[in-house]
Formats: sequence, C-alpha cells, structure tokens
Amino acid sequence: MFEGITRSLSEAFKKLRGRGRLTAENIREGLREVRRAFLEADVNFNVVTDFISRVEAKAVGQDVLARVDPSDQIIKIVFEELVGLMGPVDHKIPQRADRPVVLMLCGLQGSGKTTTAAKLALTLKGRGRKPLLAAADLQRPGAVEQLQTLGEQIAVPVYSENTTPVDVCRNAVAQAKRTLCDTVILDTAGRLQIDQELMDELKRIDKLVRPDECYLVVDAMIGQEAANVAKAFNDALELNACILTKLDGDARGGAAMSIKGVTGVPVKFVGMGEKVDKLEDFVPERMAGRIMGQGDLMGIVGKIADIQKEISAEEMERQQKALQEGKFTLDDFRKQFETIAKMGMKDMISRMPGMSDMIPEGEDPEEALKRVQGMIDAMTKKERADPDIIDQSRRRRIATGSGVEPHEVRQFLGQFDQVRMLMKQMSQMSLWQRLKMVTGLGKMGAFMPGGMDNLKLKGDTGHRKSAKERAEERKKKNKKKKR
Amino acid sequence: MVFGRIFSGIKRGLAKTAGVFGGVFDLLRGKGKVDQAFLDELEKQLYLADVGTQATATIVDRVRQAFRDKEISGEVLEFVKAQLRELLTGPSDGIVYAPSGPTVVMIAGVNGSGKTTSIAKLANRLQREGKKVLVAACDTFRAAAVEQLTVWATRIGCEIVKQGQNADPAAVAHDACEKAKARQFDVLIVDTAGRLHTQTNLMRELEKIHRIVAKQIPGAPHEVLLVLDASTGQNALTQAEQFGKSVKCSGIILSKLDGTAKGGAVFGIKQKLGLPVKYVGVGEQIDDLEPFDPDGFVQALFEKA
Ligand SMILES: Nc1nc2c(ncn2[C@@H]2O[C@H](COP(=O)(O)OP(=O)(O)OP(=O)(O)O)[C@@H](O)[C@H]2O)c(=O)[nH]1
Ligand SMILES: [Mg+2]
Repeated sequence: MFEGITRSLSEAFKKLRGRGRLTAENIREGLREVRRAFLEADVNFNVVTDFISRVEAKAVGQDVLARVDPSDQIIKIVFEELVGLMGPVDHKIPQRADRPVVLMLCGLQGSGKTTTAAKLALTLKGRGRKPLLAAADLQRPGAVEQLQTLGEQIAVPVYSENTTPVDVCRNAVAQAKRTLCDTVILDTAGRLQIDQELMDELKRIDKLVRPDECYLVVDAMIGQEAANVAKAFNDALELNACILTKLDGDARGGAAMSIKGVTGVPVKFVGMGEKVDKLEDFVPERMAGRIMGQGDLMGIVGKIADIQKEISAEEMERQQKALQEGKFTLDDFRKQFETIAKMGMKDMISRMPGMSDMIPEGEDPEEALKRVQGMIDAMTKKERADPDIIDQSRRRRIATGSGVEPHEVRQFLGQFDQVRMLMKQMSQMSLWQRLKMVTGLGKMGAFMPGGMDNLKLKGDTGHRKSAKERAEERKKKNKKKKR
Repeated sequence: MVFGRIFSGIKRGLAKTAGVFGGVFDLLRGKGKVDQAFLDELEKQLYLADVGTQATATIVDRVRQAFRDKEISGEVLEFVKAQLRELLTGPSDGIVYAPSGPTVVMIAGVNGSGKTTSIAKLANRLQREGKKVLVAACDTFRAAAVEQLTVWATRIGCEIVKQGQNADPAAVAHDACEKAKARQFDVLIVDTAGRLHTQTNLMRELEKIHRIVAKQIPGAPHEVLLVLDASTGQNALTQAEQFGKSVKCSGIILSKLDGTAKGGAVFGIKQKLGLPVKYVGVGEQIDDLEPFDPDGFVQALFEKA
C-alpha cells in the first residue's frame, strides 16, 4: 500500500516534470493524484477538497521559478501546507502547584484509551511527576482490572470504586490531593459520539471535575468517521488535543489531518505500540511524510541508528567513507538489505528513498528483495565492487544466474545508480538536511528551499552519463584546452 | 440510528445527534440531469462512507455509462443500489457447521476491533439456537482479557477454557479442543489477542493457534472470522488481506455499526479479496449481533442520519 502511493505521487509529478511551466491545467493533473493519495490515506473527503483548493490557489498565484522543476514546487507547497495544517504542537502537559491537574481521556470504543492512560502516566512519571490513574470505565467488562494490572506494571496508583463514573472521577481527584499526586488521568469508557446519554455523562464529569485538559483518543486506522467523531466530542467537551494510537501499524493516519482540519484540535501524542511504553510526541513533518506516502523517514533515521549499532564501528566507517567517495557498492547495498531484513523491517524498505521503485507494484517487498539479492549474488566480486563494468553479456549471465530477465538486471542497476547518487548526496548533507529531504520527498530529493540545486555537488550532473554524453564532454574539454 | 431500524431493532433506543456531514446518500435531492456535478456528488458520498478508491471508481463509472445526460430519477438510485448490492455477496449463511464433532470458530482482528464482545454475542446467539457452546480465552497477552471473557461467559452462561495471563495461547486452544471433543460441545469459539497485521511474530503466533486447532480437530477451524471495526478506513483492506493470508479468513464480523460509520470498506474487501461479511455488531450488549443482510446494508447507506 505504502509503495503504491509513493509511486502514484512520483508518477503524477513525473508527468509534470519537464513541462517547465506551471499551468492551472497541469497542476490540476498532479493535484488529482495528491487528492487520491490523501483519500487513500483516509483524510476526510471535505478536508481534502478544502486542502487541494488551498494548494491550488497558492500554486497558481506563485511565480514559476525558472530553475525549479514545477513538480518540486508543488510538492513543496503540499508538504508545507500539510505541516502548517497539522502543526504547531505543544507537547507540554500543564502542571499546578496548588492542586492536582486533571487530564481526561475520551473516545470511541476500542480506540485504545486504557493503554494510552497507562502510557500517559508513564510519560508523566518520566518527567518527574506523580500521576494517579482513575478507572472510570465501568462499562466494559474487565476494564477496571485492565487498568489495575497496567498500573501495577508501571508502579502508578490506580483509583477505582464500584459506583458511577462521575463519582470515580470526583473521588479520584480527592484521593490525589490526599496522597500528593500531581496529575489525575481519567480513563473513561468508550462511547459513540451519537450516544446522547453517554455523551451527557461525559459532560457531567467535565462540569463536576473540571479537567484541565481533555484528550480525544483516536485509532489511527479510522476512516472518514474521524471528522464526525472529533467534531462531536469537541462540541461536547472542548478538546485540548488528540492522541493518535496504533501508529505502529501501516495505517497512513489521515485522521491527524481530518481532525485538525475540522475542529482545529491538534494531535499531541502518538501511540506506537501495545506495550506500556512512553507516548511519542507528535511531529507534523513526520506525519506529513506518512500521509503523503513519502514515508516516515524521520522515524526511519532513528531506526537506522539502531541498525548501525549492529554493524561494527569499522564497517560503518568504511561504508561512510565509501559513501563519500561515491563508492557505495552492490556489496554494501546487499549488506544493508540483509541487516534491515534481519531486523524485521520489511515495511521500512518500502519507505526508503529509491527502494520503493525497486519493488514492482503488487509484489511482496520480501519477494522483490529476494529477487534483488539473487541478482547481486549472481554477480562476480568485481562486478559488485564496480557495477559500471556490467555490460550486456554480463547482464545476460547475471540474469540467467538469478532467474530473471536481462532487462530486469538493467533496470535494477539503473535504480541502484540512483540510490548511489542519493547516498552520496546524503553523506554530504547535515543531518537536518537529510531529515528534511527524506521526510518530504523521498527520492525526489528536491524538497529544499532552493530546489534540487542545493543538493547537487560540484561538478556533478546528478546522473550517470551515457557514452554519448561522455564523448560530448570530452569534446568540450578538448575545445577549452585548445583555446 | 441507522442500523437499529434496518435490522430488527432490538437495541435500546439511543437519542442520536446528526453527524457533521450527514454522510448519507441523498441523490434524489438534485433535480435535472445526471451530469458531472451529480457524479461528483455520488463519488463524495461513496468516499464519505469509506467505500474507497477502487470500488467508488467502479460504481461511478457504471453510473456514468448507464445514465450520462439522462434525467435524475428513482431509476438512477435503484441502479446505484443494485451496483453496490452486486459488490456484496448473497445473504449470510451464518456459521457453516462441521458435519460431525465440534465446529471451531476462530476469531481474529486488530486491537480493539471488538473481538471479545463479538464472541460473547455470537456465543449467546448460537446458544439460543440450541447449540452447546464453549469459548477459549486465548488472549493471554492483554491485561485482564481473560477476566473480560470470563465475565461474558458467566453472563451468558457458557463454559470457558482458560489459563493464566501470559500462558501460551496455543496451549489454551489445545486444551479447549480436547474439552470440546470430550464433552461433546457443538461449537468452540476461540478468542485471540488483538494484533496489528504488520507484527510478523504475532501473526505467526496466530498461525500457530490455527495449526494446533487443525491438528486437534479435523477440518478445524471451520470458520475464521475477522472482526473489523466499521469505522476503519482503507487500512481495512490491508487487514483483511494480511489476516486472510495468515489464517485463511472465511468471513467478517463488522462491529460497531450502531454508530454513524457506514463500514463501506467491506465493498473494497469483497471486490478485492472476495471475503464476505457474515455478521454485524450493532451495540455492546449480548443481543447486538445480527446476520449480515446485504440489502439492508445497502439500504442503510441511503438512510438519513
Ligand atoms: N457500540 C459498539 N461497541 C462495540 C461493539 N462491539 C464491541 N464494542 C466495544 O468495543 C470495545 C472493544 O471491544 P473488545 O471486544 O474488547 O475488543 P477486542 O477486539 O476484543 O479488543 P482487544 O482484545 O483489546 O484487541 C468495547 O468497549 C466493546 O464494548 C459494537 O458492535 N458496537
Ligand atoms: Mg479481546
């Protein structure tokens, strides 16, 4: 799924590429793809419509920058607009000296409130605070026990009594005062936003306990319904923020955009796993990349750091050096694949710049990887170290050796070339530049202010030269010399 | 309360506010011709119901071809309904029972989709049909999951096989099969822990439960039902695909249809994977499970909130 979007966006912008000029018509074509990508990412239809018209207005009003590819210009607008829409985010949780702060969690059934309550408590504990959990879900069988078990796991007290949700919340605050806890987290029962009776109950808690902040907990896999849910909960309770859960899956999480677009309520934290681990801060840039299908590369950079720990220091150094010299070989490439596969990050591969193009549409990334590995394995040591020597007869041999078609070998080598280019460019960038590049645009690479030019290295045209081009260049050089 | 009306309406009445966007088909509101504006509106309504890119495109295309520039009439509406209906299967057969011995129904799905509650409802339903039902608490991972199922089992008066938290779920499944055979239960329903389809190791664990069950009782599991939250968006397709690959799902329980979510993702799932909906969940109580009625489901898409 992920690869599909990346591809469709690249496709759309490929169509735009080389036209040299932004016209209302060629923008629309690209924007249709963006629209489709957003809809596939479950962004609410109406939010998408608004968003696209905003982007369109911006793009059309903008001067066509002479030296910038129009597609890059559009991606840049989309990305910035998206980040602007979902941000800014304040990750602070209020604190008061005179009384415990009360945080209320609410949301649909099964959205992950109880787990999130425990995660929030752990996050607060990590910040040196003293939380108390209140088990106000008296609806679902086992909900109180679930919170108690989690509380025990993270050594946070849990307040419960078998009365009413309103009483539980009220008495929990009193208990917090007595026991000198500084934050109370109310875990309320899941409810449908159209269940008037239960929504009234939440309003009653809101009125009597007056939480300092109210967070809506939303499952990242939610579809169009996100807008309705957020609107209704916000109308009832004036939400301060939203927590998006289960983002460790492959849902694209368009809800982040829908909710902010419809209610103005920002996402504050995200849940990234079932274990009671800390919540992660919501990063609009990261989410924008994810929704656009350009991958959560910022997150990936973190994961890459973990992988790097696995690889020995010298090996790293060698690779880094090779990168800088543009000598990233197929051997290195294969090693990277292997490490990634070892760490069970097959989904990651499809998010890495350039990689997604190597995986044909509809093909299982793992299968595709095996194919690529097969090709590399069928090469000689020399070929792996210097793929430039691979000519037609070598391609044929490799193809036979790995059971693929010769053109597939050629295609792969072409793609590898791009990756190598990209790697080389990345090795010369600051981490910040890398992040920006990678979150925003994947392999398209030109997302920085100023466009592709910033990325290019001196004396490098950014593509592998054909024999003809090389001859052309030689001629030019010779001419220069003669003069 | 869309589904309460359509289905037999056992649910206690909820006073419900209208959704923000309504999200209902109101195609006859427009007068005039079936033009681009009409098709755009149709597309919008399908998207808002989570029907998804592919199925939406299919339907809009068919309407365009059949009605372009004709007057908007009841006929168009009927055509749209028929197209949607065609994407679904025939009415649900419910559970397909084993010719002899216990019928094993395995339940799977992502976290919080409504598995455990659906099991309670299903067990209750089958008991009412006169079956002797056993449930197995194979979610040994989530805190208090065993307690949750135990409470339900007590409420509906069915037997449960369980071990402690963190026990091997496959071992619990094994015990449950033994018991189901020895004590002549008609149906064994296996609860499993919620998991994301991207978690390879957990998917493997699910496969192991599947294997153990198959080893214990020939032909088992006879049904593998994926519980899907009706509010799920396009990720539902990937879920169905991955769970299907892993444990060969035979059908879907579409839960939480008592809200305003339309559950339109099932069109795409049916179109792409052929996986039919068997039951729908319409509330949190034990009676809130209905066999899937595709006509009612399509009709409900056209109901006002
Ligand atoms: N409104 C409504 N709520 C439902 C329905 N089915 C389940 N729920 C609620 O959804 C929540 C989650 O249900 P569970 O049955 O615990 O879900 P699960 O899939 O077993 O969850 P895990 O085991 O934690 O993965 C509970 O609060 C249920 O009451 C339904 O059809 N309608
Ligand atoms: Mg469960």
